[in-house]
Order: sequence, then structure tokens, then C-alpha cells
Amino acid sequence: MEREHTFKQYDAELNEIRGLLLEMGGKVEQMIANAMKALVDRDSDLARRLIASDHEINHLEMAIDEKCLQVLARRQPAARDLRFMTLALKIVTDLERIGDQCTSVAKRAVELNQEPPLKPYIDLPRMANWASVMVKEALDAFVRGDSELAIKVCRDDQFVDGLNDQIQRELLTFMMEDPSTISRALKLNYISKYLERIADHATNVAEMVIFMVKGKDIRHTAPPSGDELA
Amino acid sequence: MQQSVAEIRRLIARHKFWDYAFAIVGMICLMVGILVLLSLFADLARTGAPRLTPAFFTSFPSRMAEEAGILSAWVGSVLVMVVTACAAVPLGVAAAIYLEEYAPKNWMTAIIEINVTNLAGVPSIVYGLLALGLFVYILGFGQSILSAGLTLALLILPVVIVATRESLRAVPGSIREAAYALGATRWQMVSDHVLPYSSAGIMTGIIMGLSRAIGETAPIITIGALTFIAFLPNSPISPEFPFVNAKWLMDPFTVMPIQMFNWTSRPEEEFQLNAAAAGVVLLAMTLAMNAVAIYLRYRIRKKIKW
Amino acid sequence: MSASVQATLKAEAKDLNFYYGDFKALKGISIPVHDKKITALIGPSGCGKSTFLRCFNRMHDLYPGNRYEGEITLNPDNVNILSPKVDPIEVRMRISMVFQKPNPFPKSIFENVAYGLRVRGINKRSVLEEKVEVALQNAALWNEVKDRLHDLAFNLSGGQQQRLCIARALAIDPEIMLFDEPTSALDPIATASIEELMDELKDRFTILIVTHNMQQAARVSDFTAFMYLGEVVEYNDTKKIFTNPDKQQTEDYITGRFG
Repeated sequence: MEREHTFKQYDAELNEIRGLLLEMGGKVEQMIANAMKALVDRDSDLARRLIASDHEINHLEMAIDEKCLQVLARRQPAARDLRFMTLALKIVTDLERIGDQCTSVAKRAVELNQEPPLKPYIDLPRMANWASVMVKEALDAFVRGDSELAIKVCRDDQFVDGLNDQIQRELLTFMMEDPSTISRALKLNYISKYLERIADHATNVAEMVIFMVKGKDIRHTAPPSGDELA
Repeated sequence: MQQSVAEIRRLIARHKFWDYAFAIVGMICLMVGILVLLSLFADLARTGAPRLTPAFFTSFPSRMAEEAGILSAWVGSVLVMVVTACAAVPLGVAAAIYLEEYAPKNWMTAIIEINVTNLAGVPSIVYGLLALGLFVYILGFGQSILSAGLTLALLILPVVIVATRESLRAVPGSIREAAYALGATRWQMVSDHVLPYSSAGIMTGIIMGLSRAIGETAPIITIGALTFIAFLPNSPISPEFPFVNAKWLMDPFTVMPIQMFNWTSRPEEEFQLNAAAAGVVLLAMTLAMNAVAIYLRYRIRKKIKW
Repeated sequence: MSASVQATLKAEAKDLNFYYGDFKALKGISIPVHDKKITALIGPSGCGKSTFLRCFNRMHDLYPGNRYEGEITLNPDNVNILSPKVDPIEVRMRISMVFQKPNPFPKSIFENVAYGLRVRGINKRSVLEEKVEVALQNAALWNEVKDRLHDLAFNLSGGQQQRLCIARALAIDPEIMLFDEPTSALDPIATASIEELMDELKDRFTILIVTHNMQQAARVSDFTAFMYLGEVVEYNDTKKIFTNPDKQQTEDYITGRFG
């Protein structure tokens, strides 16, 4: 475990930010699960509640921003603490975006629920599950400073991208066979895209965790391999 | 456990009692010293007052008490002081600068330092004996102003050295480092900075030393100052080139304390009045010198605050 | 390291040891000092950073029992300024110093700045006047004191006194300026003005600064050396030191976890 600050209150403040981020992450995971449930179970009520609950995420985002600004102003963090702070400020944005993507999924779900189902959903829940696990693992990696786990998240993103491609091709065949499905297929296409974005946000977080732990910026480079970061 | 306010107040009252008690005791001690001195001085002044006329300062000693004055004595004192200052100041200040700024810190200098301080405590009559042998006989200066001046210079040398060292030491190390950091040599550092900044303290030390010297009797008697001198030494300033001369240095002389001693040892009552009057003058001279020292210190301290 | 490292070296400490009597205060210090850059020395109290700084103008020679080992070479002539053959006065004429507490001489503002020039044998009034004005301007003090050059330096405020000391140190056109915690006795505004000044000065001078205040090192310096127990733990680009130092010890110190 890392050494404590000479000024203990500083540790408490950093821990509070860490806690708020985890709370936000938990809420976001729940939102992904609920969005999928609303779609698969054709539960428009759940979808509407989910859309309404987005403001909770927004509140958490503002609370974390506020806390971060206070610590920046009062403690002038350096090195590892500084990287943690900049990371927290960015993760919070990613989490908030994930929340937005979930509400978008829910909105499309409400629209789809007004029409007959196109097909049974198999790949979309799988994709949502992957994205949700990625978000969870990215946050775990962040909390534990675990770069190995973060690297795994980055790799998983490629799999989600693959699923997205596959779903889009499938939907394209539906649309070509029967133009009356176009409107529904496009919406499903959107949802797939939203889930892919969620996985991207999780990957962002993971990349920043690697930066925090290793001090090495791997964004905008080829996907990392384990040895490179060792 | 917290004390109650009442308890704290009682405690403070008890502590403050000793505060007041000491203030009162201290005041009494101070008054004893000051009042004794003041009454002595008042008595002296009252006794000598009838003799303190302008003529007293411009007349030579005489067998008649009413006509006797202190002209030769005060002129002698002033000239002896000039010699003393000229000898003691350069020697003392230079020695102090060497000890403080140049000398390596080892056991040799430590011994020298201790001895310089001890020299200040040597009885003045011992200096007189030393001077009698050295200046009067070996160097052949005779019983002159020069001998007396040099004797007193020896006497106050330790005082000047100690006072100068104290003043040099009062200049903070940061000022020395500032001068060195600009590339100054040791001598530049001393002559441009330390010496000017400590001049007030050095002057004070010198004047304090001189005011001690002016009252010294024993060493002067030992080297054989005359007690009855009805003439002035040669004037140090002459009307023709080179306007100054050194003949006065070798002249016989008397000084204030010796004149007083002479008068007090006379059987006639009237001469006691003369002695008292001379005492007042001598005291006034000493006080005046101390006043100058205090003023100098005050004025230069105002400019320099470390 | 980054491209700025390729700048020319003004000086370099090579395996420098320093002893106060038997106590080894500096242990094998080797760092470069880049030309026209600010190099900061940070570390907890007693880590030897001031001791190291004072090697650069041979201040330790003033006190008995001090001993150097190793070298500090000064460019362009590549001379080892710690060599006994080099006169410390020569070193001090090339490398000037600003101290922790403002220490102006109890003389006029003008004479304070002129002193270093007088030591160099410049006594002509017109030359002195010109150089004093330039130095005071470079120290951002001219406008405040131009009407009272012959006032006592003690009448200036603390921050002004320190800028006067900076003017005094730069009047002699030094090759390196040493700053020994120059703002530790000043309030935040005076500190900011001194930092601003250092930033301007680095176009013309090479600066080495010791500071207790890590944020100050982060704000003003180009390179930073973190010292601990007489050793340089890490020397690096300041940006690197304060965002992502290589050594754990450096990280712990600058994030406030020890020291």
C-alpha cells in the first residue's frame, strides 16, 4: 500500500473522490443493465424511469468536479496525486457520457417497443454485457491501480468492436431483404453503436489508468502489449 | 482537567505578587546607589562652588588657595589624552580586527584572547611601574607627557580591544558573506563594511576607555608627574611652518587627578575647596565624554538595524 | 530526455563530495547545469542542497575544516572551480549569489549595487551610474527607487531589499547566479515578483536556485534535482519531476508523503 500523506486530511479528500467515482460507476453499470432489460423485456416503463434517473449521474458528475477543483486549489497535488486528479476529472466525463448513451438506448427501446419485435436479441445483450464488464473492470483497475486489468479492458474493446461490425452486417441483410424493417433495424443499429461507444469510454478510462500507474501515455498509439508496459 | 477561571485568577495573582515584590526591591537597590552618588556629587558641588570661577580655569596653582587654579592641570590632562588616544586607538583597533577577522582559531589565539581580557583587570599601579621602567628609563622619555600618554594607552588598550571586538562581532555574518560573495578580499570586507558599520561601538569603547584614563592617578604618580607646575607645556601649534611641533611631548606636566591629590593632602582648609572644585570639573569632563559616547551610539544605531 | 536537454552546459558537478570536518555532507553529486536555464535544488531540510549551492562560489572556504573532493567544472574555459589552484575570489567574481534573507549593506541603494563594481576596480562615477541603473532595471526595481538612490537601503521593504540584492548580484554580469531560498523571508506577492524576475533573468543568466517551496521549483525552473541525505536522488526535467518522477522517493517527497 502506498504511504500516507503527512497531512492526513489530504488522503481523506482523495479517498472521497475515489468513493464518489465508484458510486457513479456502480450507477452507470446498473443503467447499462436496465437499458438492456428494457429493450429485451420490452419494458417501456423501466426505460422511462431510466431516462429520468440520468440526472442523478449528472449530479454526481458535478459533485466530483467540485471536489476535484477544491483539492486542486487547496493542495496543489503533484506527480501521482496530480495524475490521479486529472484522471478523476476525465473519468467523470466518460462516466457521464456512458450514462447519456444508456438513456439513448432507453429512448430507442421505448420507440422499438411501440412496434413488433424485429428478431430475438442475442448479440446486443452479449455486447451490453461485455461493455458493462469493461466499465466495471476499468473502474476496478482505477481503484486498485491495476495496470494489468486496464490492459485487458483495452484488449476487450477490440472484441466489442467486432460484435458491433457483426450486428451491423446482420441488420444490413434485414434491411435489404425487407425495406419495411429499415426503421427498426436503424434503431437497433444505433443501439449497437451506443454500446460500442460505451465500450470506447471504458477503454478511455483504462488507458488513463495505465497512464496514472505507469506514467506512460498510451493513448493514440497501437493497442498495448503486456511486455511494452512491464 | 481544566482549571476554573477563579482558580486561574488566584494563580495569576500569586505569581504577580513576586512580580511586584521584585519591582519594589529592585527600585530600592537602584535608589541606594543613585542617591549615594548624587548626594556625594551635590556635596562636592556645594563645597567647590565658591571656587568655580573663570579665573579658576585660567590660573596656575599657587601657594594662596584663593588664587590657585587648574590651568596647567586641565591642559595637561587634555594633552595626555591626545597622546593616549593616538596610541591606544590604532593599536587597539588593529589588534582587535586581527584577532576577530584574521587570526586562525586555535589554542594560541585562544590564550591571547583570554589574556587580553585579563589585562583589563590588572591594577593600574602595575602599569605605572611597567611604564616607569620602560618609557621613563629604558626609552628615555623621562617624566613627560609622552610617557604618561603611553602609560595610559597601555592601561586602556584591553578595554579598546574588547570593545572593538564586541562591535565587530555585532556585524552579522550575512553582511560578511554578502561582501565576500561579490568578490571582496578579507581586507576589502573589513575596511568597506565591517569597520564602518561597527564604528559606533568602537567609538563608544574608545571614549569609555579614555574617560577611565582621564581619572587615573596611580600610574601617573608612579612615573613621577609633578604636582606643582606653574607653566604650560610648549604649544603643539606654532605660528611658523610647519605649524605643529612635538616639543610638548617631552615637557613635564600635571593632570587633574594629581592636582586634586596635591590639594587634598594640604593641611590648609581652603585647599580642600579647590580640590572639591577640581573634582566637579573632572566629573563633568568624564560625564561629558560618556554623553558623547551615548550620543554617537544612538545616532549610528538609528541608521543601522540588523 | 527531451530536446531542451541538448542545450549547452554552463557547469557540471562531477562526483562531488563535501566534508564539514569529518561529516560527509555531500556524497558523489553529479549533475549538469544548463546554460541560460534555471536549475532548482529541492529536498527536505538538511539534505545538503544549500551546502551544494555554496560550493559553486566557494563560500565554504570562509570557514575552517571544510573540504571538497571531486569537481565542478565551469565552461567555457572548462576550469575546475573547486581546485585549490583556483582563487575563490576569482570564482566569486564569476558566480554571484543571492541569500536567504535580504542582506543589503547599511549603505545607500546606489552604493549597494555599485559595490560589486567597485570591487572590480570600476570607480568612475559615470560608468557606475550607468551600470547601477541597468542593474536596477534588470532587477525591476528602478522605477521604485530612481528618485531615492541615495536613501538607505534599509528603508526599502523586504521584497524590495531582496530585489536590491539581486540587482547587486547581477550588476557584475555574473556567469551563474546562485539563489539560496531567495523568497523564504518574503510574503506571497513579493515572492511572485521575485519569481517573475527570475523568469526574465534566465534569458541572460544561468540560474541555480535552492528552494524549500516545491511549487516554486515547479513554477520557475527548467530542471530539478531532488536531494536527500547528501545525495541527488533524481535529476530530471522539471516537468517530468512534477508529473511523473522516475524514483519512488522523489514521488513521495513532492506529493507530500515524507520530508
